[in-house]
Amino acid sequence: MNLIIAVLIGLLYATGAYLLLRRSIVKLVLGILFLSYATNLLLFFTGGLSLMSPAFDDGSYPDLSQLSDPLPQALILTAIVIGFGLAAFSMVLIYRFFKETGTVDLDELSDNKK
Amino acid sequence: MDIFTAILLLFLLAAVAPFINASFPRISGWILSLPPIGIFLWLLSLVQGVSQGEIHAFAIEWLPALGINLMFRLDGLSLLFALLVTGIGGLIMIYAGYYMRSYQKTNRFFGYLVFFMASMLGLVAANDWISLFMFWELTSLSSFLLIGFKHEKEAARKAALQALLITGLGGLALLAGLILMSLPYQSFAFDAVFSNPDLFTQSPLFIPATVLLLIGAFTKSAIFPFHFWLPGAMQAPSPVSAYLHSATMVKAGIYLIARLHPVMEDQAFWTYSLSLFGAFTMFVGAWFAVSQQDIKKILAYTTVSALGTLVLLIGTSTAYSVTAALVFLLVHAFYKATLFMMAGNIEKKTSTRDIRLLGGLSHFMPIAALISMLALLSMSGIPPMLGFIGKELMYEAKLNAPKAGNFILLMGFLANAFTVFVSARIAFDVFYGKCKWPGQLPKEPALSLSTGPAVLVIISLLFGVFPNSAAVLLEPALKSILPAQTLIHLKLWHGFNEILLLSALTVLLGAVLFAFRTKVIAMVGLLNGKYFNLKLSERFFLGIDLFIRLTKKKTTFIQHGYHRFYLMTILITASVLLFLSIFKLSFPLAEQLELNSWTIILLAAAVLIMVGAIATVVAQSRLVALVSTGISGIGITVIFVLFSGVDCAITMIMVETLTIVIGAMVVYHLPKYLSFSNKFARWRDMSIALLFGVVMGTLAFLSANKKPMEKVSDYYLENSLSKGYGENVVNVILVDFRALDTLGEIIVLGLAAIGIVALLTLNKTKSKN
Repeated sequence: MNLIIAVLIGLLYATGAYLLLRRSIVKLVLGILFLSYATNLLLFFTGGLSLMSPAFDDGSYPDLSQLSDPLPQALILTAIVIGFGLAAFSMVLIYRFFKETGTVDLDELSDNKK
Repeated sequence: MDIFTAILLLFLLAAVAPFINASFPRISGWILSLPPIGIFLWLLSLVQGVSQGEIHAFAIEWLPALGINLMFRLDGLSLLFALLVTGIGGLIMIYAGYYMRSYQKTNRFFGYLVFFMASMLGLVAANDWISLFMFWELTSLSSFLLIGFKHEKEAARKAALQALLITGLGGLALLAGLILMSLPYQSFAFDAVFSNPDLFTQSPLFIPATVLLLIGAFTKSAIFPFHFWLPGAMQAPSPVSAYLHSATMVKAGIYLIARLHPVMEDQAFWTYSLSLFGAFTMFVGAWFAVSQQDIKKILAYTTVSALGTLVLLIGTSTAYSVTAALVFLLVHAFYKATLFMMAGNIEKKTSTRDIRLLGGLSHFMPIAALISMLALLSMSGIPPMLGFIGKELMYEAKLNAPKAGNFILLMGFLANAFTVFVSARIAFDVFYGKCKWPGQLPKEPALSLSTGPAVLVIISLLFGVFPNSAAVLLEPALKSILPAQTLIHLKLWHGFNEILLLSALTVLLGAVLFAFRTKVIAMVGLLNGKYFNLKLSERFFLGIDLFIRLTKKKTTFIQHGYHRFYLMTILITASVLLFLSIFKLSFPLAEQLELNSWTIILLAAAVLIMVGAIATVVAQSRLVALVSTGISGIGITVIFVLFSGVDCAITMIMVETLTIVIGAMVVYHLPKYLSFSNKFARWRDMSIALLFGVVMGTLAFLSANKKPMEKVSDYYLENSLSKGYGENVVNVILVDFRALDTLGEIIVLGLAAIGIVALLTLNKTKSKN
């Protein structure tokens, strides 16, 4: 199982990196999304995988350490929400960017181009 | 009162000086002279005690964790310099108050000048190397501001920059040298080095540290080959030249050398370096003074010569030479400050400093002429001025120099003769002879302009006639430099001996040179143009230009402006560094994959993610790409559910949905999905991305099941129900244990929302380019 998740993390990072390297600004933003997927999954993975034992404690559990690690999950939750803010903002930024510049090609922005 | 209060007082005065000048423009100089003169008198009252061996020390903690403290002390050497700084400083204030009236924006000038005074006082009173360095840099900084005061002139800006760069680079060398020196002691206090010099002088760092220290001292004191910034600094208004660039700041290097001398007096490397560079600078400065036509430039080059002389005398390291150095220090400060102020007065009254245009000024300003004559006598070393005693002692010291005595004597003799020559030029060609000045006839300078020079000349005369009254001041200073020696008895008349003969010959040679001055100047000018055309200043600026061009090239190479290449650099660097740190670790064997229902769900999620990722990359339509991204996100949600991350999954699915919806709304307005890159770029990017992915995947695999946060997590697990009254531990963490983080998160979301509203509603810019 570890191996599968690790491969998936690698794949998500690779996809994110590839999209980041595109000239299209839409792909750039999708790349950011993939990077945050990959990082969330990596963080989740480092907390250890425990099947179907969410960190719920109703007082009847004899051994709390058998539960899944709640801390990485709390961190990921925060990251997902912040990531959403980032994604939404950057998408609207793309929209405005295109309205102002008439292009979605990032190289057109460079001073060195012309 | 202690020395720390005095320094603080001056820094405070620097802050209020602009306001004082703005409120009382007519008498601001006199007002501003009161605090330094007050401090001067207080210091004077300490002389008796210090001469009996008292040392006034003061320390406060600054950065105790690093062993750095603000430490001050007043021993003989510090006291002598502190008296010069405050005493001459007070007189300069009176002078500047009147002199600067014709300038614009003088309020800040007085701030800078007092700021310099405070820094310089701190420098000479410091008792640990870091404090000394700090004040050293502050003097460089104030020197920069003062040289560039007439910043509308390009020459002034250039000269200021040059002085700052040279003294600033020297300052860095000094810092490095001081740290190397202090390393064996683990302490920056003066006493650490002084109490056990062998620990430093025997360490392998001795030579490099000494070279660095010497570079620091030589740049500050304009010793060859760093001398060229000083003549350039003559762009500063005359009060600055008189104060910083003759009497005080350029003596900081001399002070440092004198301060370090007891540590290294037995080291041949130290004494030879000082003697060599000192003697050479002494000669070079005097030589270049000969052919100058600007009075201030002449004075600047003779200052270079004098600074060389001081370095040489300390390096000679005998009781005679150090006594001579101390006497000459006073002599030079008195006559040079006087002459610079007088040069300023002449410029003020005739609006030129060119010696060829001046003449016969003694008819119009007899008092100024008298003061200048006495100062020039002192400079030429003619009795009864203190300068005569200084020169006698110098000859005595050079005759008795333990090493290379004849060479030093010859250099000194020539340098002194040149000095006599330029003194005679200023005396006769400026104050006597025909008045070649065409404009309005000059008048006697105002009282405020003559007070300072007059006081200094009178002191110089009094010390000349009663030389032993200076002994009480110089004796303790000598003890600080050469603890084992005592001061040579100072007297005006030594009897007929070879030294008097040398003095007479010097004056004679100077007079002969003066008699043939047109030819001498022409010849020296010719030689300078042909053989000694060093143009160090021009070369310095060429070097700066070259450096700027190189930097520009480097910057445009690295900062090319293409985000992809920045990202490539980051990705490749990160991958390689990560690879280097993980490739040595042993890989755990992959566990056997049991095919049960959990595994099937995981594989299904994996397929979802993979399909989504690949589809995003190859999609020809932006909507397909967006939805494919969402598919990957759903796959991750499944993994979260499978491995007990219920809350993460719920949040993720909501966020994914919202993101896709917003994205769909946005892409609707965008142009057709275009492919910008060619095949090569795609393959290149793919390899980089794969490299990064492989490294990150490996990292993830290696870190599996390592639980670094265990302790923290256990706390949350155990206390969630009892303290947070919640069964869902993740939720309790978010809203209770780490509630402040969540508040921050909400604020971020709020800001993003505000940003989105702003982007959507704010007026679009009219012009499109």
